[in-house]
Amino acid sequence: MSDQQLRVSKIRNGTVIDHIAGGQSLNVLAILGIDGTSGDSVSVAMNMPSDRLGKKDIVKVEGRELSQDEVDVLSLIAPAASINIIREYDVVEKHRVERPEVVEGVLECPNRGCITTEDEPVDSRFAVVDDGVRCEYCDTIIRDDIAEHIVAE
Amino acid sequence: MRHDHIISAKQLSRADIETVLDHAADIAADPGAYAGRHEGTLLGLCFFEPSTRTKMSFTTAMKRLGGDIVDMGPVDSSSVKKGESLADTVRVVEGYADALVLRHPMEGSAKMASEFVDAPLVNAGDGAGQHPTQTLLDLYTIRENAGFEDLTVGIMGDLKYGRTVHSLAHALTNVDARQHFISPESLRLPRSVRYDLHQEGAEVREHTDLDEILPELDVLYVTRIQRERFPDESEYRAVAGQYQIDSETLSQAKDDLTVMHPLPRVDEIDYDVDDTDHAAYFQQAHNGVPVRMALLDLMLGGERE
Ligand SMILES: [Zn+2]
Repeated sequence: MSDQQLRVSKIRNGTVIDHIAGGQSLNVLAILGIDGTSGDSVSVAMNMPSDRLGKKDIVKVEGRELSQDEVDVLSLIAPAASINIIREYDVVEKHRVERPEVVEGVLECPNRGCITTEDEPVDSRFAVVDDGVRCEYCDTIIRDDIAEHIVAE
Repeated sequence: MRHDHIISAKQLSRADIETVLDHAADIAADPGAYAGRHEGTLLGLCFFEPSTRTKMSFTTAMKRLGGDIVDMGPVDSSSVKKGESLADTVRVVEGYADALVLRHPMEGSAKMASEFVDAPLVNAGDGAGQHPTQTLLDLYTIRENAGFEDLTVGIMGDLKYGRTVHSLAHALTNVDARQHFISPESLRLPRSVRYDLHQEGAEVREHTDLDEILPELDVLYVTRIQRERFPDESEYRAVAGQYQIDSETLSQAKDDLTVMHPLPRVDEIDYDVDDTDHAAYFQQAHNGVPVRMALLDLMLGGERE
């Protein structure tokens, strides 16, 4: 483990998300629905030097192992991220994020004319396409600014 | 047909399209043979924005099949104003009717509504989204006049907001037509439609000038450029004239060019085109009835062998 990573305390059980593009860690927390109210112990390191990314963020979530769904959604804003599942201070699983086919209820459609923005009993649903996501209801494509459309919890 | 709900032209394969059009042609040839075929069937009309013609066309189609309609009436008097969700409205109407027709100002509304009902639902226009029955009657008219083989179609006007255009572009891709899109820069096809056409391998070109391509076209599909799309009047005036046609314009076209328009028109096609052999827009409007009869018949369980 490098000196840089040691700046953030080790966790006993939980998940470490490494190689998040610099500045995206708060969006990662938003996607995971972590806002500090649930009592999870969370450490965030921002803009750490990285050979691969220039600058990277690291998020450590104590006491929680991310589900595959959560990891999939992370891929939209942190495609280079690696996920380390920690048990008793040891990395027991390590994997890269993979792009899901569909993300549901995570993003809000930017099209004001889209039925999913109305008060209807339906979650937003986006298909993941080559270089973005696409609303399955109105076809609107979001490309560069996906994080801005994360549904506020 | 594989589809219970008709939401988007994108879902219609070439085989689906041919099935509906062949059936429409049979019906047009002998409408009497289909009278009474769906006696006792009720079609629920949920029109959340006014569209008298589309509504009349569906009503006529259902009645010619021997069925009847239940109409939720103008939006003002309905529960919409009281804040009932669309999801609830269609579930209630499903209790009265055997099939539903939905016109709604929000995009994606037909897809969402179809997730809440078992009865077949037809999208009769959702915002700037899709309008598949318009597309089917457009295709029927194109097939009647120009056929689908070696077909070159020009689509001109407001390509950005015109849902008839978006649906038609998908369907023309399915019948392997060459497509030329002619519009002012600011009213080009939306990104999502261009993306799809690209993905589907459609043969597509975009133009700002009709003259560039007119002599090659078998079909010219004209749509209206709306004044309110432009931030100021002078910008509108600068482009509008370029996208109006008259019989003089068409002297550059093939003799058998078919001119279409979803109607109503304002001034984009001069009345002097009406008397030429090019004009197919009234025929196109009339084709709505046999095409919708065919679609309803197939959806309601009519067999096509
Ligand atoms: Zn949408």
